[in-house]
Amino acid sequence: MNAPILSRRAFTAGAGAIVLAFSLDPKHALAEGAKLPGDLQENRRLDAWIRIDADGSATVFTGKVELGQGIVTALAQIAAEELDLPLARVHVISGDTARAPNEGVTAGSQSVEYSGTALRFAGAEVRAILLDAAAKKLAVAPDTLTVSAGTISAADGRQVTYGELAAAIDLERDATAKFPPKPAQTHTIVGTSVKRFDIPRKVTGGAAYVQDMRPAGMLHGRVVRPPRYGSRLDSVDDAAAKAMPGVVAVVRDGSFLGVVAAREEQAIAARAALIKSAKWTLGPPLPDPAKIHEYLLSLPTEDNVISENRAPALASTPSGAQVSTQILEATYRRPYMSHASIGPSCSLAVFTDGKLTVWTHSQGVFPNRAKVAEALGMNVADVREIHTEGSGCYGHNGADDVALDAALLARAVPGRPVRVQWMRDDEFGWEPYGAAMVMKAKATLSAGRIVDWSYDVWSNTHSTRPTEPGGVNLLASWYLADAKKPAPPRNIPQPAGGGDRNAIPLYDFPRQRVVNHLIKEMPLRVSALRTLGAYANVFALESFMDELALAAGADPVAFRLAHLTDPRAHAVIAAAAKSAGWRPGEQGGEGRGRGIGFAKYKNLASYVAVIAEIEVDHTSGMVRVPRAFAAVDSGQIINPDGLANQVEGGIVQSTSWTLKEEVRFTPDGIVSRDWESYPILTMPEVPHVEVELIGRPSERPLGAGECSQGPMVAAIANAFAHATGRRLRELPLTPARVKAALG
Amino acid sequence: MTISLKVNGAIHSVPAEPDTPLLYVLRNDLALNGAKFGCGLGQCGACTVLIDGEPVRSCVTPTGMLTDSEVTTIEGLGTIEKPHPLQQAFVDEQAAQCGYCINGMLMTAKALLAQTPHPTDAQVRAGLALNLCRCGTHNRIVRAVLRAADVMGRS
Repeated sequence: MNAPILSRRAFTAGAGAIVLAFSLDPKHALAEGAKLPGDLQENRRLDAWIRIDADGSATVFTGKVELGQGIVTALAQIAAEELDLPLARVHVISGDTARAPNEGVTAGSQSVEYSGTALRFAGAEVRAILLDAAAKKLAVAPDTLTVSAGTISAADGRQVTYGELAAAIDLERDATAKFPPKPAQTHTIVGTSVKRFDIPRKVTGGAAYVQDMRPAGMLHGRVVRPPRYGSRLDSVDDAAAKAMPGVVAVVRDGSFLGVVAAREEQAIAARAALIKSAKWTLGPPLPDPAKIHEYLLSLPTEDNVISENRAPALASTPSGAQVSTQILEATYRRPYMSHASIGPSCSLAVFTDGKLTVWTHSQGVFPNRAKVAEALGMNVADVREIHTEGSGCYGHNGADDVALDAALLARAVPGRPVRVQWMRDDEFGWEPYGAAMVMKAKATLSAGRIVDWSYDVWSNTHSTRPTEPGGVNLLASWYLADAKKPAPPRNIPQPAGGGDRNAIPLYDFPRQRVVNHLIKEMPLRVSALRTLGAYANVFALESFMDELALAAGADPVAFRLAHLTDPRAHAVIAAAAKSAGWRPGEQGGEGRGRGIGFAKYKNLASYVAVIAEIEVDHTSGMVRVPRAFAAVDSGQIINPDGLANQVEGGIVQSTSWTLKEEVRFTPDGIVSRDWESYPILTMPEVPHVEVELIGRPSERPLGAGECSQGPMVAAIANAFAHATGRRLRELPLTPARVKAALG
Repeated sequence: MTISLKVNGAIHSVPAEPDTPLLYVLRNDLALNGAKFGCGLGQCGACTVLIDGEPVRSCVTPTGMLTDSEVTTIEGLGTIEKPHPLQQAFVDEQAAQCGYCINGMLMTAKALLAQTPHPTDAQVRAGLALNLCRCGTHNRIVRAVLRAADVMGRS
């Protein structure tokens, strides 16, 4: 097929927009051979992203997946906008290793930025190709054509539809990104609160999740995990389990143990029997939970100075007189935290003719497929993974692991699909937690300003995803007879950072030094929990800013603004202060107070300021957060209501983390195994949340799924200090800790 | 062994033991997706259904107990084409993120509104206190229930 030759004239109408697009984001310079925008760079073929169907609709492919954040709807909005198609005629295929582009992992609030940018440019180019084909067919100049809802019209009224052109266009070629996307002011779909595609079926019992799959002949699987990490299975009475009703197979491979049965309750009963009869040689005990932070600090670290600015110290005034300074120091801690998905992880697998298909709610079907294949000793090409939604994950929970569990069980019953859902205690006991952390801050105040800042953060890694090279990061693989080794831990480098995410302050200090200390030994299994280290770093950094403001006798809002030059940071802080009715110097007391927290997520995504109100019951030690006010700048907004939903959710989840959550364990193993041993915030405890969105249509869209958790914990901690005059530097703010602080 | 039970107005006979939790019968035998496995312990509420109008945790309810009862699931309220006012209100308020807990929220709210047709914000929060949501969609869920109460009160 001949590629259409695109006339420059077709785009003269958009010339102004070309200039605009260039000026918006220099990264997107469109020179020949230049880096393509977003994930087009990694997946350059147009038909990897968009196909035009004979019925005039478009099928859009994305490697990013729905995790409950509304991304599929947002990406469809972007594609529909550029293609000039109604949203109802854009169909999205996401996260299928046989069909979708490989976009790695859906994480880090990056989907709109990477997949959305790719679709924006691919959509603009496909529309241009369609226009060019129409111009040829109608024998008119392309710039005389108009497009509406997938129908192209000539000035004389003749029309041709996308469907009629579908066979005539060639999308089997690399994108050039030379066709400027629409300027924001012309958008009619992007920037509107389109209702999410997935919600109607989720509220009516439609098939929405991998848990809802039940292909013909499906069996049910369950796994048996050891009593604690690193244990070895010595013996198990599998004959007794095999004799139980409905049991089709007991699968033992080294210390991996599972069961397949005809009915789900039969698999669960057989699992219980196997747990009873299994004899294990226990792995090493866990550290003493009461001294976990001291233990972590005692371990060897890999240290990295991630920011250093050594301007001359303000040792003296021009007249030579000594300037009075004040030095403050503080240490902050966060515990291990669980993803605590409401639905335990689930996967469906079928092994047929040497090929494996896995339906999974993994955040990254391509990297997961590679490691599932490696664990099973299969060729990657013989494994297909298809993303199918699960319960919200909030990072790396059990999703990747249960995919391998399902594959191992399915391999034992070839031709039969096996659906495996972890039990509640599997999920709490075996998922990789968000790491416990220690943050030490030290600063010098002079004449009401911070003149020197030093900050150290100690943490395990915040990603042991299957993406990590040099090993297999899938739970079951470590227990197989042919056991795999986990990949060596490493920190996600700056500027995004892992344990040190948001460890570098956005504030302008004349002297600063920030050091990341990566602890490689992992006494508890850890990986990516929403925000990675940012939640703890913003807690520490923003708590310390309030401590310094207090020492300087300054209002916390004014103190922050005085140390910030970024106008977008100023704008969100001012907006939050205004919506909360913040009064400079307002006094807390009698158990009531307010506090502010601010961050620009990863120092390169959304700006968020939150002001939280707090009520502290001195007798019970209970902390309540009745209200929170947030202001958010996520650049260009794709779906305002979707953005607000993400920010509200982050604020509520952060409230839960901050007031309640820590993984409990003893040397014998993990104790948090259900919702009583890992309580989360309940409906009556949830704050009312008001979110103000500051739209910036001419700026890049910035991810928002993880932008509000850091500012919220800081706002709560600062409100606590405001209300009580005492500072809590260790999370969570449990009644016991509160009572101890209030003495 | 077969058990018979009445779900959403229809009588079914299923090949399960009487002690089988209702949840598995609903999901696997009757192919009703609405009720979800969350904990299997009656703690989270994702599996909530109505039994004779009362909200019940189907994950810890033996099916054999229900031969004389009416079970109502979220599928029995309405459909995508013809949603119940509560279902429509959840769509209107976009009251879901991952949506896994929503079945339990909605079914518990159904029972709440039957008892208290015009609840206050605080009554809705108290009524849903034993249903867990992890995405932080709580405030939208409350708004959806209040909206549904309003709509149902007017119709």
